[in-house]
Amino acid sequence: MKVILYRDAIKEAMSEEMRRDQTVFLMGEEVADYDGAYKVSKGMLAEFGEKRVIDTPISELGFAAVGVGAAQNGLRPIVEFMTWNFAVLALDQILNTASKMYAMSGGQLSCPIVFRGPNGSAGQLGAQHSTAFESLYANIPGIKVVSPSNGYDAKGLLKQAIRYENDPVVFFESEVAYGDKCEVPEEEYYITFGKGNIVHTGKDLTIVTYGKTLKIVLEAYHHLLSDNINAEIIDLRTIRPLDWELVLKSVQKTNRLLIVEEQWPFGSVGAELSYRIQKEGFDYLDAPIRRITSADAPMHYAPNLSLAYLPNPLKIVAVAKEIMYLKK
Amino acid sequence: MANNFSKETYFYWYELMTLIRQFELKAEEEYKMKGNIRGFFHAYIGQEAIAAGCMTATVPSDLFITGYRDHGLALAKGTTPNECMAELYGKKTGCASGKGGSMHFFDVKNNFFGGHGIVGAQIGVGTGLAFAEKYKNTDNVVLCFFGDGAARQGMLHETFNLAMLWNLPIVFLCENNFYAMGTSVARSSNVTEIHKLGEAYEMPSDKVDAMDVEKVHTEVSRAVKRARTNGGPTLLELKTYRYKGHSISDPQKYRTKAEVEEYKSHDPITQLERKMLSTNMCTQEDLDSIASKVDNIVQEAVKFADESPFPPDDDLLTHVSTDPHYQFITD
Repeated sequence: MKVILYRDAIKEAMSEEMRRDQTVFLMGEEVADYDGAYKVSKGMLAEFGEKRVIDTPISELGFAAVGVGAAQNGLRPIVEFMTWNFAVLALDQILNTASKMYAMSGGQLSCPIVFRGPNGSAGQLGAQHSTAFESLYANIPGIKVVSPSNGYDAKGLLKQAIRYENDPVVFFESEVAYGDKCEVPEEEYYITFGKGNIVHTGKDLTIVTYGKTLKIVLEAYHHLLSDNINAEIIDLRTIRPLDWELVLKSVQKTNRLLIVEEQWPFGSVGAELSYRIQKEGFDYLDAPIRRITSADAPMHYAPNLSLAYLPNPLKIVAVAKEIMYLKK
Repeated sequence: MANNFSKETYFYWYELMTLIRQFELKAEEEYKMKGNIRGFFHAYIGQEAIAAGCMTATVPSDLFITGYRDHGLALAKGTTPNECMAELYGKKTGCASGKGGSMHFFDVKNNFFGGHGIVGAQIGVGTGLAFAEKYKNTDNVVLCFFGDGAARQGMLHETFNLAMLWNLPIVFLCENNFYAMGTSVARSSNVTEIHKLGEAYEMPSDKVDAMDVEKVHTEVSRAVKRARTNGGPTLLELKTYRYKGHSISDPQKYRTKAEVEEYKSHDPITQLERKMLSTNMCTQEDLDSIASKVDNIVQEAVKFADESPFPPDDDLLTHVSTDPHYQFITD
């Protein structure tokens, strides 16, 4: 094993796949000369050249569409968005074209493309740079949605996306995770989509999360342990496909479920998972399924409002105890 | 050199440009040294002549809208330094109640419509503001500012077409500071003379040396007059320069120090000082006294921001509309 940063895990995934397959290329704002707005693609221009590591103007709709067209014509593009907030301009191409092409063409055209970039909050960035988009994209049939919590998963899932997935993949990273250290093996590895990860086994309640929110769930886990509450922690890793069976198995053991996510509450990933678990596991539940989400509002700039907006360990501990019918 | 404008105009320009610069230098210090300001912070330093020249070319009822590099234009429109600094601190007394931050200044009472974070969005929104002014039969003109990076968004082409088609009272001002983050104008398009983009829509277009406040005033006045007299939109490419990085976190490896120094040699404030002194309009002492007055204003703004309260936590769910039958989801 070696220890690398999350941002380098992403870079290794892209670089390894580009060495293997000449049809893979990277395109986006500041990915080449600037080495990436968050230095994810540092050194890739030097290795692969201008033909395959391509700077674009600020034209999200345009370059996303170019990627979609290229994917329909034999290439396997990786399109980086400086943030998923800017990708909203490209949503037309992702939703109206990429996601529907395979069905609409009666199976003639697939669209093997990876859209990736940082997502969600990253400190006090204000309302237009802080949205977390997993549930919005997970609503779209025909695409796959990945939200890794750590560099090891990010590398294996991204390699999987680039090499094996023939559907469009939207891949959610985080500005505040790029500097995280992670252990990755020296040898090549891939992680299959739709397989959640049990981060800690436990018996008292199940806490499900994904993406960078895992870190605050783990903080809460340790608080709960010190109160003799042993939670089972599940990291979904991919949102679509969704490993609800893993969650169901866990709930069959713990009989209690809490979902924590940085996501607006209406129609969130947690809402979908709650439906699935109450339907398939109703008899196993000893308490209502609960969730902790972002506030039902844009994320404001002020430091206290930013904190109040997001899930945090205190909120998790409090709701976990309610689920356990313990006093706070 | 003859003076083309009144002494009051020169003094107004000098004070405003000095205020914008001192305000941002101080704010940057508060960001870097004390951590009182967070998030993205895009400085206007080097581009002050645009704000000053546009102010004297318009009247207070004219509307301004811009992107996230918005401190200078808000200060120009009359948002007080206290409200601006408090917004940077995320305080309740800020010009967006602490909810916006650096990129999202708003001051509708002074006809400043923000402060937009998605590149190029304001080109369309500004066109909508102009549509409404025409619809309401006012004489007001919209000044819609955007950077050279935003000129490559599809939004520009769609709304240039609409603005011409409907003959809207708007002036599009491309603040060309030569870099969209780290990408130079030449690396973003074959069309490096951005004002030529207007030609595709037969929109009157021109370029302006925007390091010179007199030239900004003159060209913008002409465009504003055209818009106000039902003559429709104009595109002006304002050639300027930002001395600072794209944002505070930008290491600026895409340009040389020599290039930045070259631009500083025709700094808009220094040019104005030279003009005012060489025409005996004022003495160095006069300029120093303005600088010192501005310094006090900025110090006071920091004190005001520092002493102001943060918004109450309940503000999390204010200014977001809900249906009384379907309130916020709070579980």
